[in-house]
Amino acid sequence: MDFASIDPTTVIYNLMIAATPILFAALGELVVEKSGVLNLGVEGMMIMGAICGFAISVETGSSYVGFIAAALGGAILSIIFAIMTQYFLANQVASGLALTLFGLGLAALLGHSYTGQVPPEVSKLSVPVLSSIPIFGKMFFNHDFFVYCSLALVFFIWFFLAKTRLGLIVQAVGENHDSAHAIGYNVTKIRFFSILFGGALAGLGGGYLSLIRVPQWTEGMTAGAGWIALAIVVFSTWQPWRLILGAYIFGGITILQLNLQAIGVNIDVALLSMTPYVVTIVALVLMSVNRSKKSIGAPGSLGKSFIKVL
Amino acid sequence: MESTNPPVLQLSHISKTYTNIMANDNISLKLNRGHIHALLGENGAGKSTLVKIIYGLVKPDNGKMIFNEKNYAPENPQAARLAGVGMVFQHFSLFDSLTVAQNILLGLDKAYSYDSLVDQIVQMSKNYGLALNPKMTVGDLSAGERQRIEIVRCLLQNPKLLIMDEPTSVLTPTEIEQLFNTLKQLSLQGTSILYISHKLEEVRRLCNDGTILRDGKVIKNFLPSETTSSEIAELMVGKKIKPTVKQNSHSKEKILDIKNLSVKSQTPFGTNLKNISLEINQGEILGIGGVAGSGQDELLLVLTGETKVEKNTILYKGMDIGHLNPQERRELGLLTAPEERLGHAAAPEMSLIENCLITAKKEKNLVERGWIKFGKTAQFANDIMKTFDVRADNSANLAKTLSGGNLQKFLIGRELSQNPEAIVVNQPTWGVDASAAQFIRQALLDLVSRGTAAIIISQDLDEILEISDRFTALVNGSISTPKVTSKLTVSEIGLMLSTHSTN
Repeated sequence: MDFASIDPTTVIYNLMIAATPILFAALGELVVEKSGVLNLGVEGMMIMGAICGFAISVETGSSYVGFIAAALGGAILSIIFAIMTQYFLANQVASGLALTLFGLGLAALLGHSYTGQVPPEVSKLSVPVLSSIPIFGKMFFNHDFFVYCSLALVFFIWFFLAKTRLGLIVQAVGENHDSAHAIGYNVTKIRFFSILFGGALAGLGGGYLSLIRVPQWTEGMTAGAGWIALAIVVFSTWQPWRLILGAYIFGGITILQLNLQAIGVNIDVALLSMTPYVVTIVALVLMSVNRSKKSIGAPGSLGKSFIKVL
Repeated sequence: MESTNPPVLQLSHISKTYTNIMANDNISLKLNRGHIHALLGENGAGKSTLVKIIYGLVKPDNGKMIFNEKNYAPENPQAARLAGVGMVFQHFSLFDSLTVAQNILLGLDKAYSYDSLVDQIVQMSKNYGLALNPKMTVGDLSAGERQRIEIVRCLLQNPKLLIMDEPTSVLTPTEIEQLFNTLKQLSLQGTSILYISHKLEEVRRLCNDGTILRDGKVIKNFLPSETTSSEIAELMVGKKIKPTVKQNSHSKEKILDIKNLSVKSQTPFGTNLKNISLEINQGEILGIGGVAGSGQDELLLVLTGETKVEKNTILYKGMDIGHLNPQERRELGLLTAPEERLGHAAAPEMSLIENCLITAKKEKNLVERGWIKFGKTAQFANDIMKTFDVRADNSANLAKTLSGGNLQKFLIGRELSQNPEAIVVNQPTWGVDASAAQFIRQALLDLVSRGTAAIIISQDLDEILEISDRFTALVNGSISTPKVTSKLTVSEIGLMLSTHSTN
């Protein structure tokens, strides 16, 4: 065992890459949940994004086209969920679970012939000047475009929810759909587009997994990342900035346990692999010790179907 | 007096049919400029449908509206607001986790900058005596303050017509006075107000004109100042209503004893109960008044056994029952009837027969060695329907298919038929029409005259004063010392209802 062989610079660099797919998916789900919809299909939408992004970028040779396809793949899958829950008022939990199972199956089918192929490489986007700072430059300013993009999105989504009228309307719909309807907002439409947005971001997260983080296609490669994204939304108490914290803690533990495995720490590999998930569960339990929802901040109508009363 | 000005709103032959109910049947109505016009009627008379049509939430099948001398057919509430119609809902359309200013912003169609809106809200609050702090979170506000948000939201759009749906049902007497002053000031400035209520004395005091609806039709236009309350009530119901008869019971043994009870609310924006002490004797009704959200729900949960409490804070016949669950309490003879009919008092998707099993399986021996005795249960359900005049063609009907009044009669009947020693009822006649309400109150009085102790929690002050022996008020989770109802004056009651609220 040689702890000195773990290079903190590399750990933090890899941590940001490991956290990015989850951050994308969690950002999307945050907006969906802010509008009052609980979509448990994140895992399914992510893996659809992973295969769509992978397949299209292999076929076109362009990873950026692949990322667009990834977002579209996730969004298209989410339409199924949106129609079921918003127009046919199906139970959101059951529909979300179904979406995950369906997405995993469909992705496996679509991806059959892509196993073992190599996607086009995504170039690094080194920030001029900043990336030449010793240590910090390598850690933070020598990433690909999408790492910066995910962080910028955190800002934009925070700004959208906190400062814009449309963002306020989305929150109002999620807080109390009956009131929103009575004032004259179209609850179904607002939720429909929120779900689509969430699907697109989950797809983008999936695309990042198969095109940059791994990068290759294997069946079931999301390996629970969608569920972690869902947990992080709760962990963040529905506040965009805290998503970074959640995603990076999770990413950090993932990378750290890989490093520990590599240097041969005398702990069972299975135990190490499960640490990120155990930490997530522990964090969620600690969060819900205080039962008052006011302090947790869940949207008031979260998970409830909106039934128009005449 | 006939106004010479053209009416602000004229409805001609408005009709609206839902699947098989004629909610509005050929309604014609005229609203004068600057007048307060009362719209009266029982539940289901068609008031809500009519105002929803005016506010653009529902489209009429037939008929024409003229607003401000122009044809008027709003596509949606935004269009109605743009034309100059504002509405204050009975169930406020507010968002608990947002601030006052954000809530108001959401209801405005023009784009406002946040800061200038805050200034305008403050200005408006001053002009009309509607005290409001724009930065507060709505979830922490009282019902009266919430209503002021709705009113300010409407006034910011300079409405020519303001619709108020049952505005006083959640207010304390002082808040009602403030509201009336605001409304009178508005009408003097030329705003017309359509005022929906079932509190007849209020209508007589406040309104210039009035219209009574029954079964979706206009029954009569009347002048509130020249019509008595009992005349109006008869027109609304379509028959005479018997006043309740009260008999005194003689035994006065203590049944329920609550000592220094403090409980934290389990729900967000709930009210904590603070140091509540009460005694209830056999054969008396203790009425607990107070505006919505003062801790009524929390108090009921404590009494049913859904919220467990500390040792020796609730004694039933001298025995500590704070740790007992609802079923164990029922077996001892302490029954409860919660406010929320569908979902708390009854299972909406189950038949009336099955709903009997929920609370009466032990008391009426409806289950034997794990097997449900459906014949006996059905018999019990049918008996309740007969005794309590529940209008449903079959006891196998689902609970949710009954009207509010009929279901409430059934649920109250279900508890009363088990001959409880003590009963707690939250909002016995909420959303129930006048004749059914009268029936329920009489049934409670009859039960108590046979020696049962009853706690009636209600936001309907008139109701509590009519049937209770002793009265107390729940304000912000605290309770005042109960006083004999018959000796209370209106101002004493007002004081009890607002004592702690200013803190």
